[in-house]
Amino acid sequence: MTGNDAAAYAVKQSDVDFISAYPITPQTIIVERLSEYVASGELHAEFVATESEHSALSACVGASLAGARAFTSTSSQGLALMHEILYVASGLRCPIVMAIVNRALSAPLNIHGDHSDVMGSRDAGWIQIFAENPQEVYHYLIQSFRLAEHPDVLLPVGVNLDGFTVSHSSEPVEVLEDSVVKEYLPRNERPRLDYYSPATFGAFALPTHYFEFKVEQDKTLRKAGEVLDEVAAHYPSPEGRLRKIDKFNEDGRIAVIIMGGTTGTLRYAIKSLRFRDFSLISLKLFSPFPSRELVEAVSDADAVVVMDRSMSPGAPLHPLASNVATSLYEAGVSVNLISVVYGLGGREPTIKMVLEMFEKVREIARGGGKRLSRLFLGYQGDGL
Amino acid sequence: MMQVSKLTDLYGREGLSPGHTACQGCGATIAVRQVLLAAEPPYIVVSPTGCLEVVSSQYPYTSWRVPWVHVAFENAAAVASGVEAALRALEKKGLGKRQKVIVIAGDGGTFDIGFQALSGAFERGHNLLYICYDNEAYMNTGIQRSAATPLGATTTTTPTGKLEMKKDITSILVAHGSPYVATASPHLWKDLANKVRKAQSKEGPTFLHIVAPCPRGWYFDSHLTIKVAKLAVETRIFPIYEVEHGRYRINYPVPRPRPIEEYLKLQNRFAHLLKPENAHILEAFKQWVESRWNHLLKMAEAFPL
Repeated sequence: MTGNDAAAYAVKQSDVDFISAYPITPQTIIVERLSEYVASGELHAEFVATESEHSALSACVGASLAGARAFTSTSSQGLALMHEILYVASGLRCPIVMAIVNRALSAPLNIHGDHSDVMGSRDAGWIQIFAENPQEVYHYLIQSFRLAEHPDVLLPVGVNLDGFTVSHSSEPVEVLEDSVVKEYLPRNERPRLDYYSPATFGAFALPTHYFEFKVEQDKTLRKAGEVLDEVAAHYPSPEGRLRKIDKFNEDGRIAVIIMGGTTGTLRYAIKSLRFRDFSLISLKLFSPFPSRELVEAVSDADAVVVMDRSMSPGAPLHPLASNVATSLYEAGVSVNLISVVYGLGGREPTIKMVLEMFEKVREIARGGGKRLSRLFLGYQGDGL
Repeated sequence: MMQVSKLTDLYGREGLSPGHTACQGCGATIAVRQVLLAAEPPYIVVSPTGCLEVVSSQYPYTSWRVPWVHVAFENAAAVASGVEAALRALEKKGLGKRQKVIVIAGDGGTFDIGFQALSGAFERGHNLLYICYDNEAYMNTGIQRSAATPLGATTTTTPTGKLEMKKDITSILVAHGSPYVATASPHLWKDLANKVRKAQSKEGPTFLHIVAPCPRGWYFDSHLTIKVAKLAVETRIFPIYEVEHGRYRINYPVPRPRPIEEYLKLQNRFAHLLKPENAHILEAFKQWVESRWNHLLKMAEAFPL
């Protein structure tokens, strides 16, 4: 299965009631498959092909508040168009699940993979999960429904997969029995739109109340990290359980932190090409950010490399590196930090590029110190 | 469908409680009260951002005695699509029951920013009643022009009067193939009530366009709301008609229209139109009213209901 096929299969087994979507590359195949499942009767759901992504997410909010298990999927400009409603979905505590097939943002227009889209929505109050391969896409989507609908959470979840490198790459995917997934995803009661039990959803709040709403929302999102451990622990496939961070070659002195599909390239380089002094930390949960786990994993390292597949123009650091630096600062850990931007607009790092980067990083690490360095991997200008 | 001919024929359940914060004489809330008294339960109301939302849903209070949801400004029809389709799916799975869906939106949320979502929902054929209370400008933000503002009207963004005509929203929705599109006025409450019921009895997306005079934005005294609505109809400015599957009926023929000036002179937004130097704008306004009325007569003659 490709990443997109795995996503659609997981959503089908999760017995969603409602899907709305709008086509955009590289996401489109997910909803094409889902519309086929609905047409063939394999999935009992309403499929609403809306006239925009903004309406797709708006319809999901309506469906979710009506009590349905709702799913949508998008990429890039589509996620940007949804931006306004992302905040409403989390603010109204809608347990919507969305597959985000990460793609660069225009301009210039580019259909290939990077994380600019989801990072643009970083503060929208969603739980954000990153999958490395189609198998993880499958497992994480199923767990996302249970996490989203947990009574202590009731928040939307985005499951991110890199455009093309994960969404369109085919590899064997082990799936669970339909009945096992069904048992894992019970239906929980939650407040819904109902004439016989009328409630108001989407009231406005003045300065007297708005602040409290937002702080409570933040608390809930942070708590969702704890609920995630519980939700994952019950997942019937032990190897598919969602861990916040995945560590490889833990003894390496130089820690590399990354999210998404390029993890595999780095793992291969460390394992096969004997860069045994490097450890790899693949972050599966970006929001809420697992600061404690991350600091534990890197606190003894001589240097920490943070790989960002997006940029925050004009900011002191890019999104992932910024979160890592803040987490380290909060824990009182001072370390040689190397921020690497890679893969913008689909410039997927090759093994050769990774090796060059590792050599350069070693050089910086040998230099010691507790400073911040910045690299651009694969940039054709005057970077690395 | 039970016809409404007297007050006791209404369901009697007030959907919008008193104590909301609308201005005195607000035409929109009068219309909404009538709609909800007439609407056949069970139903769910969806509103976009706008006057109605702001006057009825200030946390921790609500004026809504019926289920109500507000998401954003431009997406009421999309939210309603989601509610409607979700309830259909849940009923099939034995996880819920279908309930009717009513959108109540202002003209900005309908004619302008919500237009794409509205068109999409009508094209997809969702089973919902979309009601537009038309107060002919963005009143909530302080009287800015919308596509529903008529020619010549002053607003805070058309200080010398709007130069363009009002968008013909009902014809656009008729063109979507809707089974039922109609106009109504709160001064003709029986007609309005029966149109709500008729719309709800249809399968598919239906539309009700209600004139909602706004004392604040139209600049008239708040006790005149119903009189202004009545004059809008009796001058042929706001024709009362219905279109069922493309067939037209004028529900309130106006054989002897009142002079348009009677309507205009009550509202300070039109004050400048009555000055001699603006006679050409007044003439254009009258021609617009006449041509639309004549068009309607021809449609009712060619495609009678």
